Amino acid sequence: MTATATAPAATLDRWEMVVGLEVHVQLKTRTKIFCSCSADFGAAPNANTCPVCLALPGALPMLNERAVGLASRAALALNCVVQPVSIFARKNYFYPDLPKGYQISQFDKPLALDGWIEIGTRAVGAPIRIGITRVHMEEDAGKSIHDRFTGVTAIDLNRSGVPLIEIVSEPDIRSAEQAGAYLRVLKQILEYVDVSDVNMEEGSLRVDANVSARRRGETKLGTKTEVKNMNSFSGVERALEVEFARHVRVLEAGGSIEQQTMLWDGSAVRPARSKEGSHDYRYFPEPDLPPLILSPEWIEQVRKDLPELPAARRARFSTDYELGEYDVEVLTADPQLADYYESVARAHGEPKAAANWVMGEVMATLKTSGEDIARFRVRPADLASLLNLVRDGVVSHTAAKQIFGHMVATGDPPAQIAEREGLVKVDDDSQLSAWLDEVIAENPSEAERYRNGEKKLQGVLIGAVMKKSKGRADPRKLNQLLTARFAS
Amino acid sequence: MTARSCAVVCEETAAGRVTAADTVNEAVGRAREVGAGRDGLNAFVWRDDADALSQAASLTDRLSDTKPGAMLGVPVAIKDNIATLTLPTTCGSRILEGYVSPYEATVVKKLRAAGAIPFGKTNMDEFAMGSSTEHSAYGPTKNPIAPDRVPGGSSGGSAVAVASGVVSIALGSETGGSVRQPAAFCGIVGVKPTYGRVSRFGLVAFASSLDQVGVFGATVDDAARGLGVIAGHDPMDSTSASIAVPDYTAGANVGLKGLVVGLPKEYFPASLDPEIRRRCDAAVDRLRALGATVKEVSLPHTDLAIPVYYIVAPAEASSNLARFDGVRYGFRLEGEGLRGMYEATRSTGFGPEVTRRILLGTYVLSAGYYDAYYRKAQQVRTLIADDFRRVFQSGVHVLFTPTTPTPAFPIGAISDPYEMYLSDIFTATANLAGVPAMSQPIGRIGGLPVGGQFLASHFDEARMFTAAYALERALGAEALA
Repeated sequence: MTATATAPAATLDRWEMVVGLEVHVQLKTRTKIFCSCSADFGAAPNANTCPVCLALPGALPMLNERAVGLASRAALALNCVVQPVSIFARKNYFYPDLPKGYQISQFDKPLALDGWIEIGTRAVGAPIRIGITRVHMEEDAGKSIHDRFTGVTAIDLNRSGVPLIEIVSEPDIRSAEQAGAYLRVLKQILEYVDVSDVNMEEGSLRVDANVSARRRGETKLGTKTEVKNMNSFSGVERALEVEFARHVRVLEAGGSIEQQTMLWDGSAVRPARSKEGSHDYRYFPEPDLPPLILSPEWIEQVRKDLPELPAARRARFSTDYELGEYDVEVLTADPQLADYYESVARAHGEPKAAANWVMGEVMATLKTSGEDIARFRVRPADLASLLNLVRDGVVSHTAAKQIFGHMVATGDPPAQIAEREGLVKVDDDSQLSAWLDEVIAENPSEAERYRNGEKKLQGVLIGAVMKKSKGRADPRKLNQLLTARFAS
Repeated sequence: MTARSCAVVCEETAAGRVTAADTVNEAVGRAREVGAGRDGLNAFVWRDDADALSQAASLTDRLSDTKPGAMLGVPVAIKDNIATLTLPTTCGSRILEGYVSPYEATVVKKLRAAGAIPFGKTNMDEFAMGSSTEHSAYGPTKNPIAPDRVPGGSSGGSAVAVASGVVSIALGSETGGSVRQPAAFCGIVGVKPTYGRVSRFGLVAFASSLDQVGVFGATVDDAARGLGVIAGHDPMDSTSASIAVPDYTAGANVGLKGLVVGLPKEYFPASLDPEIRRRCDAAVDRLRALGATVKEVSLPHTDLAIPVYYIVAPAEASSNLARFDGVRYGFRLEGEGLRGMYEATRSTGFGPEVTRRILLGTYVLSAGYYDAYYRKAQQVRTLIADDFRRVFQSGVHVLFTPTTPTPAFPIGAISDPYEMYLSDIFTATANLAGVPAMSQPIGRIGGLPVGGQFLASHFDEARMFTAAYALERALGAEALA
């Protein structure tokens, strides 16, 4: 059974979508959560393994403190209450890439509870707040590889024991669009606090969605299904639309929804083969790990160490730099871009000019090259120097763009490039007059018409001088000379 | 016959009067003698005598440039559920057939660092589930005192290795009496340390919240020395405690004046075998004579220990044994698809007692039963631990009880699992409460050894050893008569 067709819009309008998201995020630690193996991707299969993550007889887990720090940092950034005592638990099930036959996770006493994030503003003004039920720590499983060798499945346990947090939202999401917004805001916050690479394509962020439908006005939740296997945020949005439409179709026809796991294949959802919903994981407290006890002082220190979060940064950009809403959104989207912008704005002193340059030339260049801003050749101090040259009238705006191109290519300081490439602005009267003489001589009829009062031809004459000077002529001075020439 | 004591071997080896190779050769000779033929005791499942000898030789080579360790040149037998580098580690099970660990248990590493020589892997009830060492994939082990009887279990092979004079020290493991009960049945000393005293890293898990490596010694002193070497914090085991390890031999010649010994009345029921009671009474008389104050105390939840144990231990076991799935190591039997492989591997690889406990454990953790069984059992377990806390807080230093309700029973005599479980009725409490306990010989009935048990409060093994040394000295030959 698949579901691709959507119900008529009028029918859909009678129903409300209710969604809760479970997001797994891989923490950026050097080593795994319960052993000292490298957590890096890309090693040869099973190279990053040891007795602990291979589940050899007699091996025991040791908790990675760095993982606890990152998980707590994430939880606090999501406005959760980090619990003074949390308990690891075993989630028991058999699968070849789960070497112990259980996953060490947290169950009834998770690391953190009761958080929220805001995903934008309603038409009438109140912010849309999505509750976060819990954040808990767990280990990743290995990887089953079905397509590498014919007839057999291969197991790669490099990922076994890589630290994860699971972020569970309340069923507060009411549309696919909100689900997308939630994921984008969540990703941005996690990037800001630097706990994860949050890359869905590389698997460092995975999303499962619980979706149900209810008649508008109804307060009780309908029966939910869990949708898995989405590999992009837009995939999540489309999968939710499709699954919601399926619920509505079934319910409108008087049927009922079966609680089950559905898999998204990029265009349709189909029920998962095994009835995963009926699994009994037989959770019980992990006897190999003592309760995780975090002192209030420790938790407070993690809170103090939190960097500025996106919302605070947006507010500050808007007041400190007097930037418009659009500029703020663009410049704070990524913490490294925001850092870059701030360095330029501070060094240069004119935030709006800095914003125009960063959002214009810088972002266009990065987009073309696909480069990361952290490794961008033009450092903020150099860009600020260039902007200073423009402000101080040393180079024209046009010349500045050419200089920027050379900076991207060579990494040289802008003053040096301006000098070398002859792009320093010319405001010397005799040179400007000489160019003006040549232009008048070359365009006698335009000059005559201008003299007779056709003022719109000023642009043509000035343009011709600019062209002759290769953009170096100071337009302000040139205008004065031209006006003076024909006033006499 | 017993092997030369740890203290003597260590001293003579350090002095150069004997070599480690001489001692290992003696052990090899004795092991062959008692292991051979139809009447062989079957204490060892895996031995590599040539390897043990070469380790002994390299020890002698290094002797001049290192400080002699506390177990220099002492061969130590190791239970088959403790990971060793060269010998297989099979837990007495077919499912680990041929498995050799690529890493070494912390306790074995510590033994070797102290100059000991790992000498063979000893037989056990499969995955330490049993009280008789009859339930091993490698056949039953026999009691050296009476070869038609069981040696107790599950660490029966280690007990027999000591009791038959092959070695003076052996490592066992306890989940619910698996060192003390076979020590009692074989007439030797067996110690279960405080939970967290000894690293479990490399001990194949049965029930993680109860498991603890234990030590057998021919004498109290052998056991004290053995525990002294393996005890202490291990960063590889998050449940091991960072508490200083005292010198357990310090109590060797100390009197018992001022010691308060509690006799928990629940361990001396009216139904107790009168012969066992008589041996216990005699031991208690000696304690009094040594200056100890003896008083009756109560541990009211004692009778709940066996039901609680048989919920908690199988529950944890059902999870711990899930890794034996035929995917990565050990035995695998192909079947129809993945599920078929799991079923074939596990139903063939595990014996009936292990299968029974996995099923029991899976059941008590299941949705809808968890609260009624597992949660309830954990609550009762807290009550059992509170019983001990209360008694030790009331000024009692150690408790004294019989180790087992009966002496060693004949091989094959107990076929009802529940009857077998009752053999741990006096020992399982210490595992549930996490307190240290030890058994030592206090006499014989019809030639069969009887064990007396001391228990102490958490991490107070030193006081327990002081009492045990004194009682051993006071009983003298009577302990073996």
